[in-house]
Amino acid sequence: MLKERESPQAKRYARLVEQEKPRVSLGFNILRAFLVGGSICLVGETIKTYLISYGMSVETAGIWMSISLIFLSALLTGLGVYDEIARFGGAGSAIPITGFANSIVAPAMEFRSEGAILGLAARMFVIAGPVIVYGLISATVFGLIRSVLL
Amino acid sequence: MNYLLAFLFGGVICAIGQVILDKSKLTQADLMVILVIFGSLASALGLYKPLVDMFGAGASAPVSNFGHVLTQGVIEGYQENGFFGVLQGGMAKAAAVLGASIIFGFFAGLLFRPKG
Repeated sequence: MLKERESPQAKRYARLVEQEKPRVSLGFNILRAFLVGGSICLVGETIKTYLISYGMSVETAGIWMSISLIFLSALLTGLGVYDEIARFGGAGSAIPITGFANSIVAPAMEFRSEGAILGLAARMFVIAGPVIVYGLISATVFGLIRSVLL
Repeated sequence: MNYLLAFLFGGVICAIGQVILDKSKLTQADLMVILVIFGSLASALGLYKPLVDMFGAGASAPVSNFGHVLTQGVIEGYQENGFFGVLQGGMAKAAAVLGASIIFGFFAGLLFRPKG
């Protein structure tokens, strides 16, 4: 194992960074994540209920709800609003499907200047890629075990 | 009542996520991957669907639902088409959501400029 060798300066710097970090209480962070995450789910539930009231099946309404949230998140990310929500909500803005959409749109916007292929298109998947890869791998492994053994 | 349950359950998942972020060195990307794997495992054990039935969007808006949808796709695919279904089912079931993410993501990236 290679261990990163730290110079005295680096250690001093790390200590300084640690001291200067803004101290925000954990409780407050949790409350904000709870409120933002809960609110996004509330918006989702509202959309779903509305669609079901127009005669859509529960399963189809669930998919349309996800698509609607992804659309809203893409729009708000484009307008720079989702960044503000994320700064306030932390994990509350990352965990809902809107956070997944944000993780696609934000780098797409930022790296567009590096080109249409290796900039915009490639960077869209910097976080979404791992989510899809590990999602599909775990779904295949767990799903197959469930299907074959049980 | 459904609205309250969705708000509370979704909020609690995000609050737990925030504790993990603050108490560990994990990034938001790590957290999302972990949640998807958890969602997939819970789904294979038959635990995720009851959550969706009970808490609605509180369970189906978080990214863990992506793992659930993929896993249900694999299980249903196996029942219908055997191993071909295993390969096809997961992505087939998630196709609309993945498609929307890529299409909206692309056009948002094309149309909007980053601030600052």
